[in-house]
Amino acid sequence: MDTKSVIELKGLEVRFGDRVILKSLSGSFSGRSIGLLGPNGAGKSTLINTLMGFYEPSGGTARIFGYDIRRRIREVRRLVGYMPENESFIAGMSAVAFVCFMAELAGLPHEAALERAHEALFYVGLGEARYRKLEEYSLGMKQLAKLAQAIVHGPRLLFLDEPTNGLDPPARQRMIRLIRGIREDGRLHLVLCSHLLRDVEETCEEVLILKDGSIVQYCNLEEERKLNRKFLEVETDGDNAAFAEEARGLGCECALARNRAIKMVLPDQVEIRDLYRLAAQRGVHLRRLNYKRDSLEDIFLKAMENGRGSL
Amino acid sequence: MAVYKQSYRRYEGPLTPPWSRFLIIPRYAYQRVFDSRFLIFFFVTCFIGPAVCAVIIYLRHNSGALEMFNISLAKLLKVDGRFFFEFISAQGWMGFLLTAFVGPGLISRDLANNALPLYFCRPFSRAEYVIGKMSVLAILLSLITWIPGLLLFAFNASLEGTAWLWENLWLAGGLFLGSWIWIVTLSLLALALSAWVKWRLAAGALLFGVFFAAAGFGQAINEILDTKSGDLINLSKVIQTIWRGLFRQPLKDGVSPFSAWEVVITLSAVCLLLLAKKVRAYQVERS
Repeated sequence: MDTKSVIELKGLEVRFGDRVILKSLSGSFSGRSIGLLGPNGAGKSTLINTLMGFYEPSGGTARIFGYDIRRRIREVRRLVGYMPENESFIAGMSAVAFVCFMAELAGLPHEAALERAHEALFYVGLGEARYRKLEEYSLGMKQLAKLAQAIVHGPRLLFLDEPTNGLDPPARQRMIRLIRGIREDGRLHLVLCSHLLRDVEETCEEVLILKDGSIVQYCNLEEERKLNRKFLEVETDGDNAAFAEEARGLGCECALARNRAIKMVLPDQVEIRDLYRLAAQRGVHLRRLNYKRDSLEDIFLKAMENGRGSL
Repeated sequence: MAVYKQSYRRYEGPLTPPWSRFLIIPRYAYQRVFDSRFLIFFFVTCFIGPAVCAVIIYLRHNSGALEMFNISLAKLLKVDGRFFFEFISAQGWMGFLLTAFVGPGLISRDLANNALPLYFCRPFSRAEYVIGKMSVLAILLSLITWIPGLLLFAFNASLEGTAWLWENLWLAGGLFLGSWIWIVTLSLLALALSAWVKWRLAAGALLFGVFFAAAGFGQAINEILDTKSGDLINLSKVIQTIWRGLFRQPLKDGVSPFSAWEVVITLSAVCLLLLAKKVRAYQVERS
């Protein structure tokens, strides 16, 4: 058992009738914030719901913090917070009663639950509205109340299923800030499921991409971007072709693009500062030098094109 | 105590024992149930029967009071099996009405607001959820059935003496068992209807339907087929048969005690099955 893993999948398969929704997923995930991406119907929510024990796996299993979801689901749920995708609340309750109720169901004694309910509501920004009935809340406020109930019992892992669903831009920004705050606090891991690439890009360090119930990509966004720092696009104010020739002398692979830019691949021993030095020695002015950062969109599209991938 | 803490912190304190957590549901449910003045009024009304019974018991043992009110002892019900059978019948019906008011909203509201994943994402099982919801009704119904029943029994025993107590201990057993059969059957039925009918009023109407429409239908079967089998779907008659058996009262034609037990057990099993189907975090469409 890999005790460092937050989530470990071992041939996890989920079927609904004849349909295979998750196809024998395997892998070990230990990132602090993991974005779960994929087109509609890829199996993102099913994966979360299976990890929460809502769906029975038809094959394989998974472990969360080393606890098997088939045999130790109570322990798993004790360590996990969950913010569901749909509008979910308990009718007729004020926000503070609702969050306190949820904390008590998680096992906190009433006094501690009440104290933490107030804290959680202040934390998500609903402090002033905490005595209002949930039915009177706007959609954005309901989303925040759902986040409050997910963190009130102090979980070690937080599952957020489409947390920005239906939010207007300011409310979305607020939610993203909160999620980033939780991540940067460093005291819990989070898995954010979304079909919005921007949400994942702004909040997650790692990304797990699903397609048709299979994992097609798992990567660390920052490392992925670092790798691409070796791909450069350079434009000079003079003879691009001559500069490209000089760069080849350093061992770079160069190609002249149609927009008069030079596309370069730097070998391992060559750094960007070597190019600046070369330009200074030759009296060439560099008008533009971009290292091509792979956006999450690029990573996602590549993963979709590649189809079935593996970890 | 400062509650304004703008940082996330883990909870490291003690936890409540898992077996006790189902009781959180009734505690919160009663805050909402007793928001209704009508329900408070009705609940208080449910204690009129036990109060009248207590007065009867008191009068039976107080000749001075009987003389003062000019009541003949013979006119008063004797405190025996029939007395407690009438008591449980009256309180059972009050319990039915109370269930019809409280029961339909218990699960349907959670289903309508997608609240079930919020319960089940915690260390809280589906069985605990159903037991918690059942206990909302069970505690209320207990307060108007077997608890006052046993208090009346104890009151009478204190006035009659220990010989009466030992001779009639079976009455206490009958009160306890008879009430719990009714409580469990009624609660399961109300919860099953609440789980399957999202609209609260419709679930309430259906509960009345199960009792009254089924009784009418059973009567029609009896008339048309010249049989007594129709009584098996008349829940009122079924439960009365069980109570008659428990309080050693003469049985009426129709349902035999064995068949009555079979009906109650089957009905409870069907309700549990319906609940097991519906009480899930998410419903899965299997194609």
